[in-house]
Amino acid sequence: MINAVGRDIPDAVLAETGKTVFQGSRHFDDYTYEKAAVKARARIGGEGSKLEKDLQEVLRKCNAHDGMTISFHHHFREGDLVAMQVMQAIHEMGFKNITICASSLSKAQDELVPMLEDGTVTHIESSGVRGKIGEAISEGKLQGIAILRSHGGRVRAIETGETKIDIAFIGAPSCDEYGNCRAVGGNSNCGVLSYSAIDAEYAEYVVVLTDCLVPFPNFPADISMTDVDYVLKVDAIGDPEKIATGAARPVTDRRKLMMAESCAEFIAATPYFKEGFTFQTGIGGAASATALCLSEKMREKNIRMGFGAGGMSKPMCDLLDEGLVSCLLDTQDFDLPSIENLISHPKHFSISTKEYADPFCKGAVVNKLDFVILGTLEADVHFHCNVVMSSEGELMGAQGGHPDTAAGAKCTIVITPLVQGRIPTIRNEVTTVTTPGETVDVIVTDYGIAINPQRPELLEAAKAVKLPIKSIEELRDIAYKICGEPATLEFEDKVVAIIEARDGSIMDVVRKRKDKNLIALSTK
Amino acid sequence: MNHKNRLRRSMMFLNAQKPNLLKDPYIYGADSLIFDLEDAVALGEKDAARFTLFHALKKVDYQNAEKVVRINGIDTPFWKEDIRCAVFAGCDSIRIPKTESKEDILLVEAEVAKAEQEAGVTPGSTFLMAAIESAKGVVHLEEICHASERLFGVALSAGDYTKDLHTGISGSGVELSGARQLMIIHARAAGIQCFDTVYTNLEDMEGFRKEVELIHTMGFDGKSIINPRQIPVVHAVYTPSAEEITFAEKVVQEIDEKRSQGIGVFTVDGKMIDIAFYDGAKRTLALAKAAGVLEEVQND
Repeated sequence: MINAVGRDIPDAVLAETGKTVFQGSRHFDDYTYEKAAVKARARIGGEGSKLEKDLQEVLRKCNAHDGMTISFHHHFREGDLVAMQVMQAIHEMGFKNITICASSLSKAQDELVPMLEDGTVTHIESSGVRGKIGEAISEGKLQGIAILRSHGGRVRAIETGETKIDIAFIGAPSCDEYGNCRAVGGNSNCGVLSYSAIDAEYAEYVVVLTDCLVPFPNFPADISMTDVDYVLKVDAIGDPEKIATGAARPVTDRRKLMMAESCAEFIAATPYFKEGFTFQTGIGGAASATALCLSEKMREKNIRMGFGAGGMSKPMCDLLDEGLVSCLLDTQDFDLPSIENLISHPKHFSISTKEYADPFCKGAVVNKLDFVILGTLEADVHFHCNVVMSSEGELMGAQGGHPDTAAGAKCTIVITPLVQGRIPTIRNEVTTVTTPGETVDVIVTDYGIAINPQRPELLEAAKAVKLPIKSIEELRDIAYKICGEPATLEFEDKVVAIIEARDGSIMDVVRKRKDKNLIALSTK
Repeated sequence: MNHKNRLRRSMMFLNAQKPNLLKDPYIYGADSLIFDLEDAVALGEKDAARFTLFHALKKVDYQNAEKVVRINGIDTPFWKEDIRCAVFAGCDSIRIPKTESKEDILLVEAEVAKAEQEAGVTPGSTFLMAAIESAKGVVHLEEICHASERLFGVALSAGDYTKDLHTGISGSGVELSGARQLMIIHARAAGIQCFDTVYTNLEDMEGFRKEVELIHTMGFDGKSIINPRQIPVVHAVYTPSAEEITFAEKVVQEIDEKRSQGIGVFTVDGKMIDIAFYDGAKRTLALAKAAGVLEEVQND
């Protein structure tokens, strides 16, 4: 069945997943649903401690069983040591047919691949599948169909009961023996625990793993004792060097700076750039350089930002310190300065992923965004974006908050070089649709800016400041002139993953990749 | 078609062997691109670099940027083949390194003419520029600047030049002051352009800006650069102010009018003006147009 972004979703996939096809980003507006109820256990009295020493013992106490769903957060990113500790114990105990519901998976979980192959893990639900897991899923090694969903979409799936978590495992940088967790105060600080809030609320059992036990009460807690069943003291939960890096050097690459300057110029020309405007940007490269270029415009015109949202790094914190931003709404910290800033600045707030991006709640931060700056792997002439699939047909990225912020923000700007490596970014069709073009307003490249024809008022604003405006087709033509038209990737029929829209419908499917060596990557 | 006296505020060096650099350097907006076959390319890689450059020049549309090829020195076995590669591929100009005499230029000129004939390129369409990298080169500036009709300019290359002087680059510019002054004087006397040396410390953008301001004040037409980050600084310094543009427009207009009335000397905004100001005012307007600010000012 063809969906609203023109993708053919096989009936067999609709039947197997029980899902519908994507019918537009506002199709579910006003949709009524019942929130899932979670089985809970009263603990009247108790011994005042939930401390455990043995992971396998905890698994037994949590009624671990074949076919269960367990969850993890990815605040420790590539430094995560929690997921694999838990999975090793599950593997040793011989459980099979496990569903992993993670906020994201990365290289830190590369060792999961043998567990996909031996049937320990048969289902994966995640924002992203980077590293060897992405490769394994693309090669069809996962028994079930992987579900790739946005951060907001994950909250929705848990709240609606579509995903029922049996045991949530939460790595906590500091925790007391009664389960009050903080994202700081230990050796593996990650700043916030936004992704875990929904898990703690809806999982049948909640297990905290920490390498830093502190005296009760570990307040103010990011995850409360009221939701925690067990606390497990382990030797390590993460590699601090891979959790949060030092501050990145300012961007000096002229190409990225040119894109950032164009982007800031465009933002300043729109009607939304006024006192109290709201903003989110990605980390690194042109996206974070945009924040710096924009700050010059803000100083010039004496305009302050109402709030900055999303994943944080030093440039945004500097703006807060300077008083150019009223507050930060933080969902993830990418560097040590942003963690320090979160601790020390009273207007740097941690928010849950539900508050950030849940499409089915009564109000999320993304809906209050004026601007969001996003990256992409590919974008097409319909403004659809692909943020998960490589040019070789391999799952390698994450949806993250991309579709959520794009849907919520008044002005969604995608910033990307026209050509990445030797592959055109702007093309006739993206390999996989993750973010629908109806929610993408502007694409900024090193060769010019394309504005979605659905937004004529933005086009007029851009013309007023003499930006290098081009049609999206013109950008595609330039890219094709440089690189040639990319050959269509070859896939087998087997569907290995679905790209879930934030509302739970199917945006696209990912098929099993043909043998890497057989794919003709040459141009037509 | 390239013009001998075209605008050359920024002349950016690119390693001719790096496809990633050759792919699309025009997006940064440098006036000239200098594809380097000399110092940037290791001795064993000269053939490979020529091959890469040839195909890049043939394939890539470098848009409005001038395509200059820096050949290897005439004391090496490479320079003749470099010229053939550049001319056959359709370069606009050749940069001659380590120029010390008129004869050096004539040697290159003869080889370029030969290559033009062989390649079927319009005779005389390939321009030359001479890099001055030694005391001897500075001493012979007069004959060098007048050596060839093809020669559009001379450029200082401070690395080798300061070594020849038994010193190094201090940052103050004192060791370069004599050469710079002589170069601009001889270039102007010969009616050709003059370009300053590269600034290699990419971390010190403030020092770079000061140096560009210095050479702009001295009269240089532009500067050799090594990174696209330096382009906006050069162009900003070389962009006339709104007041300068307005004044230049008045000067051109008044001279045109007064000339037809037979008046030679008059005043504009209280300043005495005669025909000697005409070319300078025209240059200011050309710079303003290149910087994209002329139209805006006119619309004010």
